Amino acid sequence: MMTAVISWISLAMLFMTSIGLLLARDWRWSLGLLAFQYMGMFWLVQLHWPVAMAAVKLVTGWMVAAVLGITLSGLSMGLGDSGEKSWPSGRLFRIFTAALVLLPVISVIPNLARLLPGIGLPEISASLLLIGMGLLHLGITAQPLRIILGLLTVLAGFEILYAAVEGSVLVAALLALTNLGLALIGSYFLIAGPEPSEEVG
Amino acid sequence: MNAPAIWILLPLGLSGLIWLPRRGRTVAGLGSVIALLLAGFAWLIPIDAALRLGPLSLKIAPSMQVLGRRFLLSGADQPILTLIYALTALWFFGSEAAGIARRMVPLGLAITALMIGSLAVEPFLYAALLIEMAVLLAVPLLSPLQQVPGRGIVRFLIYQTLAVPFILFSGWLLAGVEASPADLLLTAQAGALLGLGFAFLLAIFPLYTWIPMLMEESSPYAVGFILWILPAATLLFGSGFIDRYAWLRLSPQLILILRSAGLLMVVTGGIWAAFQNHLGRMMGYAAIVETGFTLLALSLGSQNGVLIFFMFFIPRALGLAVWSLALSTLRSNIESLHFSAVQGIARTYPVVSTGLIIAHFSAVGFPLLAGFPVLLVLWQDMARVSLGIAFWFFLGIFGLFIGGVRALAVLVMSPENSTWGLGETWQQGILMGLGLIVLFLLGLFPQLVQPLIVNLPAAFEHLGH
Repeated sequence: MMTAVISWISLAMLFMTSIGLLLARDWRWSLGLLAFQYMGMFWLVQLHWPVAMAAVKLVTGWMVAAVLGITLSGLSMGLGDSGEKSWPSGRLFRIFTAALVLLPVISVIPNLARLLPGIGLPEISASLLLIGMGLLHLGITAQPLRIILGLLTVLAGFEILYAAVEGSVLVAALLALTNLGLALIGSYFLIAGPEPSEEVG
Repeated sequence: MNAPAIWILLPLGLSGLIWLPRRGRTVAGLGSVIALLLAGFAWLIPIDAALRLGPLSLKIAPSMQVLGRRFLLSGADQPILTLIYALTALWFFGSEAAGIARRMVPLGLAITALMIGSLAVEPFLYAALLIEMAVLLAVPLLSPLQQVPGRGIVRFLIYQTLAVPFILFSGWLLAGVEASPADLLLTAQAGALLGLGFAFLLAIFPLYTWIPMLMEESSPYAVGFILWILPAATLLFGSGFIDRYAWLRLSPQLILILRSAGLLMVVTGGIWAAFQNHLGRMMGYAAIVETGFTLLALSLGSQNGVLIFFMFFIPRALGLAVWSLALSTLRSNIESLHFSAVQGIARTYPVVSTGLIIAHFSAVGFPLLAGFPVLLVLWQDMARVSLGIAFWFFLGIFGLFIGGVRALAVLVMSPENSTWGLGETWQQGILMGLGLIVLFLLGLFPQLVQPLIVNLPAAFEHLGH
């Protein structure tokens, strides 16, 4: 009973973090929300995996957030939308599009629950929610860091569902490496660009 | 000692070491030698059989355990190992002339090792994750630190990453299909997910937009390498799927899907190529067309089709290497590869311009060039299946040919009083000349590469039966 309650709380938390990731403009908020997202993911994954193995997801997620955070703290820029003027960036618009994504997600949940017996409704809902929000993130931004956050969200959603059907240690390790690799690529994207020319004299 | 350690772990480790030398020529030389040695070992040393060297007896075990799963490289995989490492050596050999040896060789060796890992891992579905890692390593290769990441590289990363969930999840569904093959709904769902995964990985229409974008914003030689190794590994991975699952192999829908996807890529890629005004984008569309050719070869569903599928490997790699080296040389000397910038450049870069045009016409299947024998056989087989398909096939090739003629016209369109010169370095000239000779040799004597490809289908025992 308690487990089920915490699972639903995790789902609510993932709902808030994924919406928050979509709306946040300050990178500190974004990375904080990402870290919370991995906490919710950890709980839902540990329903099917041993806690020690599920903790790999949590630790990896926090390392991802740390890698991106360390890179961003060394840069003067933030997660602002300065480079994406052509994209509709109003918060109302983003909330509206998130609602549009939620509709198909909610309609698909019962079908998927029938297809995947033995997997709880919170896991399926959380997985589809994160995949949907991640895809939305990818669709409405052209900024490399936000793209990485979108990809990490999609992968997090997939990993919740996949953990219920596949318990291989090798897959867990490879998925952790993929997440870390994406974070490193995000950092690489952030620091890439021509070096500012130094003035002489 | 085991085979995965030699052909996966060793090159992965060495890829880190060859980052150390500062001179590009040393890195390119070391990388080429390592790749050639790995190809030579795969050619000469048998796996899982005792090899007597005087008093010593050596036996390479075929498998290695990693975290409870197995990486397996058997004797049947040796021709593939030989071919992939030999062609990788070819790419590394030209990397210094393209000016990206220090970046390309270490990353390229690691990418190649991961691609081999993707062919060796069991269950083979996990290959999607190893390919994703190779994709992550490809990002710094395609987008150097000094360059702001463009839309092409971002789209490449998104599409390749999105393939992973589709393929892994379809793999889980496929296990269910094996258990209950009569469940048509499950089969359809697994097939749809698998198709989507491969559409992302192979950049099947309309998911190939990143290719021409990358050709504009990145080093053509680096993109050329990725456009060779990524589809090659993915196609081998996909062939593994078809080989493994009887219901998939025997499904008439699979033939239809492969044929439709291949034809769409040939037609759209060829027609778009005809209208391009950028030499790099034109090569990108040619690479798309060539992936379409391989899908069409697989769609034949016969042993001949499988042989044609493997026959594409060498001409494609060689053509892309010559073409992208020519583009890299031009790009390092001219501000852009746009038609307006390269007009009349054949007078100042005659060898490179010749290489570019010959590689283009080889991709079209022009007589006497490397692409001709294999394209002719494929076209004949397609015509046997349906004359309509053969017509659309021709339309795609014709579009690509028009693109080549337009490129040729622009390259030679110089003012009358301009003088001839040799703008290439001796190294670029020699490599280009060698590439041209081999393109002609493979066109005239396609049987030269027969020993390399004849045993390739052995790794897929059910394919084409």
